[in-house]
Amino acid sequence: MDLPASPLEFTLAEARDALRSKAISASELTAGFTKAIAAARPLNAFITETSDRAADMAAQSDRRIASGDARALEGVPLAIKDLFCTKDVRTTAGSRILENFVPPYESTVTENLWNAGAVMLGKTNMDEFAMGSSNENSWFKPVANPWRPRNSNRTMVPGGSSGGSAAAVAAQLCLGATGTDTGGSIRQPAALSGIVGMKPTYGRCSRWGIVAFASSLDQAGPMTRTVRDAAILLGTMAGFDPKDSTSVEKDVPDYERDLENGVAGLRIGVPREYRLEGAPADIDALWSKGVAWMRDQGAEIVDITLPHTKYALPAYYIVAPAEASSNLARYDGVRYGRRAEGVMDITELYERSRAEGFGAEVQRRVLIGTYVLSAGYYDAYYVRAQKVRTMIARDFAQAFQRCDAILTPATPGPAFAVGEKTADPIAMYLNDVFTVTANLAGLPAISVPAGLSADDLPLGLQVIGKAFDEATVLRVGRAIERAAGFVVQPSPWWRLS
Amino acid sequence: MSGAVERAKLIRGKDGDWEVVIGMEVHAQVLSHAKLFSGASTLFGSEPNTQVSFVDAAMPGMLPVINRFCVEQAIRTGLGLKARINHVSIFDRKNYFYPDLPAGYQISQYKHPIVGEGEVLLDLPGGRTVRVGIERLHLEQDAGKSLHDQHPDLSYVDLNRSGVALMEIVSKPDMRSSDEASAFVKKLRAIVRYLGTCDGNMEEGSLRADVNVSVRRPGAPLGTRCEIKNVNSMRFIAQAVEYEARRQIAVIEDGGTIRQETRLFDPRAGETRSMRSKEEAHDYRYFPDPDLLPLVIEQPWIDTIATSLPELPDDKKARLMQEHGISAYDAGVLVTERELADYYEELARDVDSKSAVNWLNNEILGRLNRAGQSIGECPVSAQVNNTILKLMAEGTISGKIAKDLLDVVWNEGGDPRAIVTERGLTQVTDTSAIEQAIERVIAAHPDKVEEIKHKPKLAGWFVGQVMKETGGKANPQAVNALLKERLELPADG
Repeated sequence: MDLPASPLEFTLAEARDALRSKAISASELTAGFTKAIAAARPLNAFITETSDRAADMAAQSDRRIASGDARALEGVPLAIKDLFCTKDVRTTAGSRILENFVPPYESTVTENLWNAGAVMLGKTNMDEFAMGSSNENSWFKPVANPWRPRNSNRTMVPGGSSGGSAAAVAAQLCLGATGTDTGGSIRQPAALSGIVGMKPTYGRCSRWGIVAFASSLDQAGPMTRTVRDAAILLGTMAGFDPKDSTSVEKDVPDYERDLENGVAGLRIGVPREYRLEGAPADIDALWSKGVAWMRDQGAEIVDITLPHTKYALPAYYIVAPAEASSNLARYDGVRYGRRAEGVMDITELYERSRAEGFGAEVQRRVLIGTYVLSAGYYDAYYVRAQKVRTMIARDFAQAFQRCDAILTPATPGPAFAVGEKTADPIAMYLNDVFTVTANLAGLPAISVPAGLSADDLPLGLQVIGKAFDEATVLRVGRAIERAAGFVVQPSPWWRLS
Repeated sequence: MSGAVERAKLIRGKDGDWEVVIGMEVHAQVLSHAKLFSGASTLFGSEPNTQVSFVDAAMPGMLPVINRFCVEQAIRTGLGLKARINHVSIFDRKNYFYPDLPAGYQISQYKHPIVGEGEVLLDLPGGRTVRVGIERLHLEQDAGKSLHDQHPDLSYVDLNRSGVALMEIVSKPDMRSSDEASAFVKKLRAIVRYLGTCDGNMEEGSLRADVNVSVRRPGAPLGTRCEIKNVNSMRFIAQAVEYEARRQIAVIEDGGTIRQETRLFDPRAGETRSMRSKEEAHDYRYFPDPDLLPLVIEQPWIDTIATSLPELPDDKKARLMQEHGISAYDAGVLVTERELADYYEELARDVDSKSAVNWLNNEILGRLNRAGQSIGECPVSAQVNNTILKLMAEGTISGKIAKDLLDVVWNEGGDPRAIVTERGLTQVTDTSAIEQAIERVIAAHPDKVEEIKHKPKLAGWFVGQVMKETGGKANPQAVNALLKERLELPADG
């Protein structure tokens, strides 16, 4: 194996194998990342660093490796989005209202990771309650994208809501990270930060212990530097959980097995509705390049139609806020979380605790959600949005009769500057235009870095697959990765000396 | 139901008769060791906040998982109400803020309940039966409890009850009097207790009723209804209906109109008070709970539950009337409590039904009522009482001795047959012993012997004296016959 000079540059797969063969120790690797995290604080990728716990976990992994007892991810250091409840470790959801919340329980997904021997480096920054596409909605301040435009010192957003995880992976502060994706919160920051991000099929990963945003759309997934790493991480994160009624009892295949099988003989669908008017030329160019790569590798290209695509974003911005308005009602200052001081009655307690605890975007979505569920508006908004959702799912079902996977751009553009879109929520919402459809239909989708914009900022291509066919999605993703040969890394401007 | 109205049920107003129309919403706590979605214990009377899981406290990231047993209990109840079980039902969120509602929403069923239309038959005095339609039954979570009396300025919250499974049973507006309203709750209570799906304890709040009341002129369209909350006993239900009907009649007769509103029953004042109007009603923003899949119930499961149903009050009543030849009234009383009917059946085994009913009503229930006890607390088993009835039927003991014997076993326990033998309580049928007693009575009361010659009714007095003389052990028929012979009275049979 041709390994990089520093273990911090290892892929997750390389590190896993190096740990197993005792070429490096978990403690050594973990200490390296802990140091790198501390040196990268200008990125603000982490809300909570857990270096002591990481050292303990790594030491334990080294003992298991020594005794020949290594598990699937033994000694692999990971970053965890701060939406996953971690036992005895503060979990904020990026919100002031949970600023000091320490859960007495561990989410199923992170429990799966720790049971496989993974090491927790810390909790990553994110848009508050996973609502946002730039990580600027965090109570703990925005995250900086490790990437900057060519010849520029402008700070770019890493995307969101899993912006901290994306930045941490891109800046080599961990081998991989967890994210959650409700409308694109894994894939969009992955695309903007030049990494791989995958949203599995709804029901593949347990939602138990993940702070809920929109329950019918939320899904956890891996964020990594390579497609293989995503396959490895997903294999451990996924699985049926009787504590989540929407989790699906289906075997989790070995996602690494068919990874290198290529796309020869596969039918790749190209949906005409994803060609947006006014989209930057480099997005279209990259998409065309992606189609050519697929064709060159022996795939059959199929023109498909997903006619209800244009209704997806409006439907999403009804369904997601509706569920959020109800899911966030529990943050009332009564049992845990922020409670306003000096209030006179229960109504004031609610109003002030929530006004102080929630940021502007969360408040906006709670209001939208409350409105669309209100008597007299429910049928016009919520019921219609659900009908749109059914039609979008039907579009995909019909398309998948003619193809095995669908190739689209991941985002309508590259990373934008901090502050550039904060004044215009609609412009911000448009970031999700290519990603929300997979959430509405519950389908697996991956974003793979595939090239650079005119400004040398990373761009991603998206592969959408059939329900529970993550294996094909990963296989196509790997083919893109191989063809793109995307190896550029951001220059470490953030590193403290 | 608006056709012929029985005059007796109408309420007389200032200028004509009024009919009261009543519908009910009964909340019955599902008999289950665990809550509806969390698996936490449902133990009543525990220290505050000791029966609370992370789900019940609505901690971040917690998810509900349906308790299969609670679903089974709802199906069982639906079958007991002769209702349709819906193969697909949906859990919805009912959103509102209150400190004892941790999630800010209650998981309930709104448009698609687990149980559809059914019926309940009410047994009313005089053998009258009224059919009350059931609109639906749905499953939902209970809220916690706010405690306002623990601190001068602060309120406390106890979440032990949070998440406990409730069945909301909604009737059609088929009741026409306060008697029918309380008979409905009584019958519903009997049914769920027979089924073992709710303990029916109104004092502990396991069974709570909201009463919808409206009034109209007989035959007119339905009037505007008011919903009365907090009516937690049969007596209060009757009181609340009476008060509310008269209040509404008075308002209308004074030229006013009834506003749709929620009212609270105050048991101390015996009146209802306005709580909130329709305009102030919450907008609950119901929508399907995305954390839960639609509840799908396969027919074979329903069939299995159906075969395990116990005999229900109506069937039991019909069978008791047929097999035991007892009256509709007696049978109706017996089946109000499953324990009572069971007790009766054990008691009446191989003995005369009428004497078993009388013995149960006069002796056993009489003693229990005086002690404020229920049949379940009866210190003497039905088998023991059955033995006493048999001893009486065999002629071994007299009725008087039987009552004494019941007192003995009631207070001291023991086997009635053994007690009869040990204490020599066997009835005296030996004619010579009785004749000797008669001779002693005649010798002691020559005046009475003279008197009876023109006053034959005095025979009863003689019987009593002879019984006294024999310590109550003499067979009364034998005493009667021998006395008549000795005193040469006419054998009038």
